Amino acid sequence: MATTFAKAAETTQYAARLEHVSKSFATPGGQQLVLDDISLDVAPGEFVTLLGASGCGKSTLLNLVAGLDRPSAGTITTDGRPALMFQEHALFPWLTAGKNIELALKLRGVAKPERRERAEELLALVRLKGAHGKRVHELSGGMRQRAALARALAQESNLLLMDEPFSALDAITRDVLHDELTRIWAETGVSVLFVTHNVREAVRLAQRVVLLSSRPGRIAREWSVGIPQPRRIEDAPVAELSLEITDVLRGEIRRHGQH
Amino acid sequence: MASTETTPAQDAPGQDTGSVEAGLDALETTTTGRPPFRQTFVNKILPPIVAIAVVLAVWALLYPVVDNPTKLPSPAAVGGAFKEAWLQGTLLGYIWTSVSRGLLGFALALLIGTPLGLLVARVKFVRAAIGPILSGLQSLPSVAWVPPAVIWLGLNNSMMYAVILLGAVPSIANGLVSGVDQVPPLFLRAGRTLGATGLKGIWHVTLPAAMPGYVAGLKQGWAFSWRSLMAAEIIASFPDLGVGLGQLLENGRNASDMAMVFEAILLILFVGVAIDLLIFSPLERWVLRSRGLLVKG
Repeated sequence: MATTFAKAAETTQYAARLEHVSKSFATPGGQQLVLDDISLDVAPGEFVTLLGASGCGKSTLLNLVAGLDRPSAGTITTDGRPALMFQEHALFPWLTAGKNIELALKLRGVAKPERRERAEELLALVRLKGAHGKRVHELSGGMRQRAALARALAQESNLLLMDEPFSALDAITRDVLHDELTRIWAETGVSVLFVTHNVREAVRLAQRVVLLSSRPGRIAREWSVGIPQPRRIEDAPVAELSLEITDVLRGEIRRHGQH
Repeated sequence: MASTETTPAQDAPGQDTGSVEAGLDALETTTTGRPPFRQTFVNKILPPIVAIAVVLAVWALLYPVVDNPTKLPSPAAVGGAFKEAWLQGTLLGYIWTSVSRGLLGFALALLIGTPLGLLVARVKFVRAAIGPILSGLQSLPSVAWVPPAVIWLGLNNSMMYAVILLGAVPSIANGLVSGVDQVPPLFLRAGRTLGATGLKGIWHVTLPAAMPGYVAGLKQGWAFSWRSLMAAEIIASFPDLGVGLGQLLENGRNASDMAMVFEAILLILFVGVAIDLLIFSPLERWVLRSRGLLVKG
């Protein structure tokens, strides 16, 4: 009943393995089951989106995988400590963009002389060349999320967890960041577990879409997305699959209105 | 796997994300420059000069109405007291006696208040035990500590420092506690996923995140240090201790020299304000501005 950050040698088959994971919280009305018997594997280099309406416990699930909270039952094994990106950028405002990245490198044990160079490389990867000395408040929303992505990548983790990272951005910026994330995922080979409530975003990005039902969160259905990258959110195959998934999602939501 | 060998950003064919992104970045970033000197002068420097001029004018008008130099000295007489102290070479001595005591006492309060604040903020038992007392002590006027300090330590500099500490330590500790309490939980979670746990978490995340509250506590701590010191100097004036600003005030009262009393009060006010303006306000502005928390007026 814990999250284990396993050594890479033990786990070549998956970046994360969730086995019969359940989570309940104590509420005034008794124990409330939030996640019910979730079993899920993320393969190395795979891009999986977790899709669900409010109350499906998707953020709770991500916290469990990140090791920020413990499951009530079941086991979670990940290939090393996962990196986590939040809906808010969560960059530290007392550091510059570059120093935020260097702090992640420092906490990983990277020697001082290499940090600066590595931070510049990561900034170039997210197309923020020259932003090393910029304060967080001097960056736009999209630039902040890219800097946060660079900081998460600095952890050199095999698994990147993303908790609705683009939902607070405007639509134009979000589209561009979808392109960027797809490119960076392909370049780095990192596995991604991406949580969202946006069906098209899920289909636009993922190789596999996992739909969670709500209260309690259970895996309702899975789709593998065969549409070749680069995709655009307006592409007809993306829209078509989104429509299918939306119908199933609405069916799941509708059940909660019938008693 | 997942080796982040970073190659320069390359776009997939048919997409030109990079240039779109550069355009978005340029559109959404605003540049802020320094305001011109004229604007700074009109907004920041002129108003206090006008305020001081108004006070002097009211004072000059009131002087002939009261017509009693033992109650209200003329501005010229107070100016004369300043000039005399300056010509005798004693003015800087008065200031330095008090300022050196105040700053040394404040430095000691900093050394004690900081770890104390951290303990109260982080250890539940300590917080439950002394947290309420610490905030209660802030509302106790530090003058109340002068009589017991004189009895315990005698009429000497240690007594002065004890009174400063009792006044300033609670402010500094409480500032740090409220700073730590206001650290957004998101930063703590982000720190934990980056591997900043335990002492590393305190050093790299909690303390820097608590800086705004801590600096506000330091500012208040200085005000309390200065007030406590003046109370101690006025009540426990003793020739052997050297004449500080508090003793100057007390000497003026004993000599019924109202001009000297006014001189001492003005000096106490100016020094307290000057230290705040020279040290603590810039520190606070720097901390807030670097975090984008200060809206330029």
